[in-house]
Amino acid sequence: MIEGILIGLTTALTFQNILMVMVGCFFGTIIGMLPGLGPMTAIALMIPITYGFDPATGLILMAGVYYGAVFGGSTSSILLNAPGVPGTVATSFDGYPMAQQGKAGKALAIAAWSSFAGGTLSAIYLLFMAPSLSKVSLSFRSPDYFALMILGLTAIAAFSSKGQFLKAMMMVVLGLMLASVGQDSLSDITRFTFDNMNLTDGISFVLVVMATFAMSEALTIILKRNDPTSAAKQVSLTELGSIRINKEERTKMYKTIPRSSIIGFLIGVLPGAGATIASFLAYGMERNVVSDEEKEKFGKGSVNGLSAPETANNAACSGSFVPMLTLGIPGSGTTAVMLGALLGFGVQPGPRLYMTNPEIFWSIIMSMYIGMVILLILNLPLIPYIARILAVPKNYLIPLILFFSVTGIYVMSFNNFDIYLMIGIAVVATFLRLYDFPMPPLILAFVLGGLMEENLRRSLLLSNGSWEFLWDRTLTACILAITILIVIWHIYKTFKKKN
Amino acid sequence: MNINTTKIISLLFFIFSAFYLYTAYQIQVFAFDENAPFNARTFPIYLGYAGLFFSGLKLILPDPNTIKVDHQNLEYKKTGILILIAIIYGATILKVGYFLTTSLFLFASYYFLGERRWILMFLLSFPFVAAFMYLLHGILDIYLRDPFLKSIGVMG
Repeated sequence: MIEGILIGLTTALTFQNILMVMVGCFFGTIIGMLPGLGPMTAIALMIPITYGFDPATGLILMAGVYYGAVFGGSTSSILLNAPGVPGTVATSFDGYPMAQQGKAGKALAIAAWSSFAGGTLSAIYLLFMAPSLSKVSLSFRSPDYFALMILGLTAIAAFSSKGQFLKAMMMVVLGLMLASVGQDSLSDITRFTFDNMNLTDGISFVLVVMATFAMSEALTIILKRNDPTSAAKQVSLTELGSIRINKEERTKMYKTIPRSSIIGFLIGVLPGAGATIASFLAYGMERNVVSDEEKEKFGKGSVNGLSAPETANNAACSGSFVPMLTLGIPGSGTTAVMLGALLGFGVQPGPRLYMTNPEIFWSIIMSMYIGMVILLILNLPLIPYIARILAVPKNYLIPLILFFSVTGIYVMSFNNFDIYLMIGIAVVATFLRLYDFPMPPLILAFVLGGLMEENLRRSLLLSNGSWEFLWDRTLTACILAITILIVIWHIYKTFKKKN
Repeated sequence: MNINTTKIISLLFFIFSAFYLYTAYQIQVFAFDENAPFNARTFPIYLGYAGLFFSGLKLILPDPNTIKVDHQNLEYKKTGILILIAIIYGATILKVGYFLTTSLFLFASYYFLGERRWILMFLLSFPFVAAFMYLLHGILDIYLRDPFLKSIGVMG
């Protein structure tokens, strides 16, 4: 193994490859900041360019683009509340409020360090556990996935603000309902389209996330402009770009990062689960384990609340390479694109890759890691300048947010209907936000809706329509037991507070 | 039972769920799938009942954290105008083209939000959109439909 790591390092640390990773990080960050263009698009855009290089250099360029795009996505989540990809939605829960308090530089620095630490720890887990974890990931069946998704949705609802459990559950159901629009994945029967051809393919994730986060945030700021109690305060320019993380904040991060990286890595290893579920689960778990005083800060700019999803997100990215490299099964859309690129280079991922071509396996792992290190070195000094986006006066910033939102949808579909639908959803979301209906559960449910139905379908068909699949397997029963415990614990805490 | 806006929203959600459930039952499935343990309408039906259940609970149970919104302080007029401009933007973007509509949308939005620094408004609309278009269309090779620029021969 040590020999493989050394070969991987030697390949990755040549002048040409370091230059490639720097170029990749720079372009990835820019592409990632644009709404609708996440890591998957960024890597897809780079594939034709990489074919001009040798496989190692091509993969290293893609690694830089990948981590750059992930960081760029976090940046737009934190600064504009506009997460372009599902994996960075949870980052905006505490990152955006922190930026609104004039700590944008600090929020970006916490995100950068947490991502780096998450990636580093998951690379260590990868070194020791890759072969054995690939076997574990294969033992997951449809009922387990279904139970895991129920757990994720319940956790995000249960850990929403005080007294909001029912509101959050209503938003979960609304998110699942929105996800059910369009063609049924198996039978191709159209549902809830009302004979409108534009709805046949369903509603896109970017549309829903732009409407409920970026656009509705912009409308809320305008709506509450004269509200003396609103959080729309003038942010301090001197504080805005400061990337200094104090001792107290560092202590919080030291505790959060290890546990979130474990969750992120383990979820990332499961094919199909990916960074989104990992970041939401890590956020939910973190809220569960911190002190009551810190819990109150969640959703209002908590350091733990920002660090947890960022760590888990990056750890899951590394984790998702386990099924891709050892089994040839891509764990997420991004790894699916990477798999395509690897096949294009003539590299065949699978169980034999680790045994027969360890140098390729470790070159990929090392190039991903070096991409992360370079990203940190490149982007930390730029944070004070990036953070100043928030110093743009609201009269300019709001139209620019709306412009980015509409452009994100326009380049995806070239369709007027999608723009109207986005405006409609944004208006409803703005109204719901006024009355404290939380949006994160809606987004998570929307992302998981299709997968959840697919796994429920398989489970019910295999059990011939019986719901016994929920307790037939020990793993499913355990996950469901945790879900039930979370709900009971939440009810108990609510009653305890009332009394 | 105290009637507040949250309860009214819950009632609307209850009605919406009932409509969703009704529509779910109307989904046409293949004849051979009609009695299958799972078909295209199964999951939506569960969702419809879940919506009725949670919104029903919210309606019935007392609401200890009543949210009070001071409508006097809310800027409905400016928000409405901004939404209207966005709708017009959406309606014209395909016919007129990305460059002109986006630039005009930005310019109009700055104006209605109270901005009067004309040069800055201009710079942050027309040249800004041109630079952004160059990034998307010229560098990243992402197609942007623009009949206006095509008609004057700027775009191929």
